[in-house]
Amino acid sequence: MTDSPSEAPMTGGSRGSWSAALRRRAVAEMPPEKLLPDRQPAYVASWIYVFGVLTLAALVVVVASGSVLALKGPQWWHDSALGHYVNSMHLWSVELFFFFMVIHLWGQFFMAAWRGRRALTWMTGAIAFLASIGTAFTGYVIQSNFDSQWIATQAKDGMNSVGIGAFWNVLDFGQMLLWHVLLLPVAVGAIVVLHLVMVRRRGVVAPIGVDANGNLIDARHAMDAS
Amino acid sequence: MAGVLASVVNLDKPGHYIHWWVIQLSVANLVVIALMVFVFLLALVVPFPKPHDREPADGERS
Repeated sequence: MTDSPSEAPMTGGSRGSWSAALRRRAVAEMPPEKLLPDRQPAYVASWIYVFGVLTLAALVVVVASGSVLALKGPQWWHDSALGHYVNSMHLWSVELFFFFMVIHLWGQFFMAAWRGRRALTWMTGAIAFLASIGTAFTGYVIQSNFDSQWIATQAKDGMNSVGIGAFWNVLDFGQMLLWHVLLLPVAVGAIVVLHLVMVRRRGVVAPIGVDANGNLIDARHAMDAS
Repeated sequence: MAGVLASVVNLDKPGHYIHWWVIQLSVANLVVIALMVFVFLLALVVPFPKPHDREPADGERS
């Protein structure tokens, strides 16, 4: 008799099981050397390629500081010195998150980063940007101060004027709080993970006029190059 | 520290806004946009530091 699972009698065959098929498909689509590469093409040695990871770093601080705020509550972030500090850290990391994300967006737009079967990478990035705007907005309306009341009433008028005010109530603190700390962060997190997986799967896009190996190509075919 | 910062930028007054056609933009937001454009241009022209500690792989240029 043995206690080791590896030495225990096994049933079933790996070839026919759905889990083995899923594993083979996943490894074929996203091989580990692509998901976690140790080398990058020479053309990424430019500051414009840094802003994606800067955005990600800012998002980590946003989520970490937001988690502390969620644990401690509004009384703490309004009244204590440490609460003010973490609250400010949350605000300024969001400012940097959008600052870096917009520069990343400009860089990828002018590079036509959807080339080379990267349309899904581009679209997930655009959706992440829109979802982040919603997350930031709900954050502004749950500050529980005069500023948030002003923003919420102005936004309510704006949403009513375009016919979408019936779907949610930005004056409802509880509803906006749950959107901000649960629904939208989960959405942003999931889209960002998908975006990163797509970036790894397709690779970092080459500048226009350079092929995937970093060689100069004919400008007439530059937009078709992967 | 807060007093020093408050003396540099007095926030206890209405903000400044720029109007152009249907666009209304606060000066604070305009400054942030200008900063983003400036950093974007810097990222295009400032040379990236070259690695010293490894050999270039296939397909990489030094």
